[in-house]
Amino acid sequence: MATQASRTASRLMLSPAVVLLFLWMIVPLGMTIYFSLLRFNLLMPGTEEFTGFENYFYFFTDPAFWPALVNTLTLVLGVLVITVVGGVALAVLLDQPVWGQGIVRILVIAPFFVMPSVSALVWKNMLMNPVNGLFAAIARGLGLEPIDFFAEAPLASIIVIVAWQWLPFATLILLTALQSLDREQMDAAEMDGAGPIRRFVHLTVPHLTRAITVVVLIQTIFLLSVFAEILVTTNGGPGTASTTLTFLVYMQSMLQFDVGLGSAGGIVAVILANIVAIFLMRMIGKNLEA
Amino acid sequence: MGEIVLSDVRKSFGGVSIIQGIDLTIKDGEFVVFVGPSGCGKSTLLRLIAGLEDTTDGIIAIDGRDATRLPPARRGLAMVFQSYALYPHMSVRKNIAFPLRMAGMPAAEQDRKVEAAAKVLNLTPYLDRRPSQLSGGQRQRVAIGRAIVREPSAFLFDEPLSNLDAALRVSMRQEISELHQSLKTTMIYVTHDQVEAMTMADKIVVLNAGRIEQVGSPLELYKTPANLFVAGFIGSPKMNFIEGAEAAKHGAHTLGVRPEHIAIAADGPWKGVVGISEHLGSDTFLKVQVDGMGPLTVRAGGEVELHYGDAVSLAAQPGKLHRFDAAGHTLSA
Ligand SMILES: Nc1ncnc2c1ncn2[C@@H]1O[C@H](COP(=O)(O)OP(=O)(O)OP(=O)(O)O)[C@@H](O)[C@H]1O
Ligand SMILES: [Mg+2]
Repeated sequence: MATQASRTASRLMLSPAVVLLFLWMIVPLGMTIYFSLLRFNLLMPGTEEFTGFENYFYFFTDPAFWPALVNTLTLVLGVLVITVVGGVALAVLLDQPVWGQGIVRILVIAPFFVMPSVSALVWKNMLMNPVNGLFAAIARGLGLEPIDFFAEAPLASIIVIVAWQWLPFATLILLTALQSLDREQMDAAEMDGAGPIRRFVHLTVPHLTRAITVVVLIQTIFLLSVFAEILVTTNGGPGTASTTLTFLVYMQSMLQFDVGLGSAGGIVAVILANIVAIFLMRMIGKNLEA
Repeated sequence: MGEIVLSDVRKSFGGVSIIQGIDLTIKDGEFVVFVGPSGCGKSTLLRLIAGLEDTTDGIIAIDGRDATRLPPARRGLAMVFQSYALYPHMSVRKNIAFPLRMAGMPAAEQDRKVEAAAKVLNLTPYLDRRPSQLSGGQRQRVAIGRAIVREPSAFLFDEPLSNLDAALRVSMRQEISELHQSLKTTMIYVTHDQVEAMTMADKIVVLNAGRIEQVGSPLELYKTPANLFVAGFIGSPKMNFIEGAEAAKHGAHTLGVRPEHIAIAADGPWKGVVGISEHLGSDTFLKVQVDGMGPLTVRAGGEVELHYGDAVSLAAQPGKLHRFDAAGHTLSA
């Protein structure tokens, strides 16, 4: 990229892709904003009219809105904590030289390849089901009352399912980072009198901060839009106990056929995602700088 | 104090024997250099002494105490690694203070020691920088600083200068020698650089395939190598080895003569033709194809004007021939 000519050429070559990506983003966003300003209900065709911010007003005053917001943040935070802590622990374990390391690694990665709806069904019907589930069987075996997870702790159950799906991703990224940790540094710290725990705290954790940042940023993007797991297991209930913003938007536009209100919810979700993103970049983005 | 005694130390990795019975005594305050070809087990031996690897067999005693099973931190040794092994997210100050902090020393005393070490090593202006903001030589000095603040009974260096350029290597070499003069602490230094070994060592240990070939002062090894391997390894350019009729004439299987001990003499017994000639200014290295003996490397004065294809007569300086038997051992004169 040294000469003027090559710079111009590179801009020209890139521009179709940039234009396409921009349209790809701006058209749906523009349409959603447009719909969110309309009264637009599929049950009443032909009555579309401009209503300003009325949809937003209804969305914000919906009794499910605040619970949904809190649930969304709880879900994201809960899954992040579990996957980062669990991912670091698993990565450290998998980094030890053990027999059958290759197979163990594949086993750990496996959940990532299972479709969200399928894994949610497996958890719902085979593990957490209060009658047929494995956990219920274990509880009965121990003489305890089986727990109906999705009735008693719906959001926590969903957090567990989603965390189970994302743990492999976090483990994989952190394991790769761990493997690039210089062995001689570890040896030096050992000679300097640092035991295993202090080596972990003073060397491993600082070395992993960048990878943890990547895990947090990427997962946050995907976790804000978790949907299939909720639909398959609790359907947002009981009540609003496991309704997230994404699910609320779905309920309003698909179940109540109110496209206008759903679009307003979508825009609110986009704004929330941006607030979270800015917040995250402020907080941990500096870790990504070299 | 810093006396280290190895008795029949062995190490195998997965059944492959890497260190095959090392007996060695390192006296307090000595500067010992391990040399040997790549892969001969120098680093492994150093790591065994440091305690970073477990011995398969044998005893390592430090200051008269059996330290074979002691963890590295309790052996009282400090190591400087080839890659420096600085902690990248800590400032220079924190790097140097790390061993003190691990030992639970009060912060004020830590500071005092770090400042003192930084002063000795000319690191004071860089104390608040990160390792990534330092040059190679400065990083190496930080690694040395981290070693000296612990006041170890011995320092272990594993090829500490091999990542530096030639000029810096010379000055760091001298700094380490000076450090040894002022601290008078035992130092064990691994290198495969001839010049480092010859200039720094009180005692050189020549290793080959996990065994000690010879131990001695630099000049002992140069003048009276115990066998072919040491004769070929110590000295640069390498000693010439002559076999066949010429060697038999001297009652040896192999005859060795160093390039600097061959003179160009009009009446010399060895007649040949100059191949490559390397003019270095101070010296000229000639590759001479001698009739019936093969190529000989000759070190001639810088002023010698000989070029490809010139005929030349050579003579070995009297008393500078090394004789070896068929097994490669030196025959006594
Ligand atoms: N952890 C290990 N597992 C198996 N083999 C090893 C291990 N560490 C070293 N070796 C083997 O031991 C031999 C000696 O290695 P070492 O690193 O001590 O050589 P070295 O003399 O330091 O060589 P260099 O001059 O290249 O640094 C090598 O053949 C190496 O492959
Ligand atoms: Mg080595």
